[in-house]
Amino acid sequence: MNFDKELDARGLNCPLPILRAKKALAEVASGQVLKILSTDPGSVKDFAAFAKQTGNELLSTAEAGGEFTFFMKKK
Amino acid sequence: MDTKKMAIIATKGTLDWAYPPFILASTAAALGYETQIFFTFYGLQLVRKDLSVLKVSPLGNPGMPMKMPFGPKWFKSINWNMPNAIQSLIPGYESVATALMKQTIANNGVATIPDLRELCQEAEVKFIACQMTVELFGFDHSDFIDGLEYGGAATFFEFAGETDICLFI
Repeated sequence: MNFDKELDARGLNCPLPILRAKKALAEVASGQVLKILSTDPGSVKDFAAFAKQTGNELLSTAEAGGEFTFFMKKK
Repeated sequence: MDTKKMAIIATKGTLDWAYPPFILASTAAALGYETQIFFTFYGLQLVRKDLSVLKVSPLGNPGMPMKMPFGPKWFKSINWNMPNAIQSLIPGYESVATALMKQTIANNGVATIPDLRELCQEAEVKFIACQMTVELFGFDHSDFIDGLEYGGAATFFEFAGETDICLFI
């Protein structure tokens, strides 16, 4: 998937992946896509909840070998 | 839609109990909540300039696992809980427990309290310190970080009365 910015939140734990994502989203334009890498298993539910509450769209969630990849489109 | 609001009363002054208010406030801010924390009684320790006063105590805290943050896996999984009577006799027991806790925090990629507090401030979480307890405990405004407001119960209610979420921690 194409993306405009990448955030490496691997090794970070709650609530840092969300806080870093919020910051990174502030640096892209509306409609642009942020790719997020995370190793925090809790971040799967957290990014879904974050998207729901902020109106940013979670395009996809994937897991491979304990690593999670999210694509989020800025509102 | 109106902005959602959250108010927290932070009353605990230990390293472990410093986490809930700062984690919830920074996350709320990231979700777009207007957020305030009212620091009172021992919670005032969380807005001191010097955060090294924050310690964790296993004494009288049977829920706290005492595990080593280093060594092989079998060693890390041992729980070193000791009877209170023994803990209280060992000088520096709390300082050692605090150092081990800080190492565990770092090992797990969990943010430090100074970092989380700064993230809250960057996100414009409003900090209010209880003026009454500042005086009661003999603190001076110079003991605390800049950007604090000082007020009392009525100040808290002014904002808390309009919130969607209001927590006492």
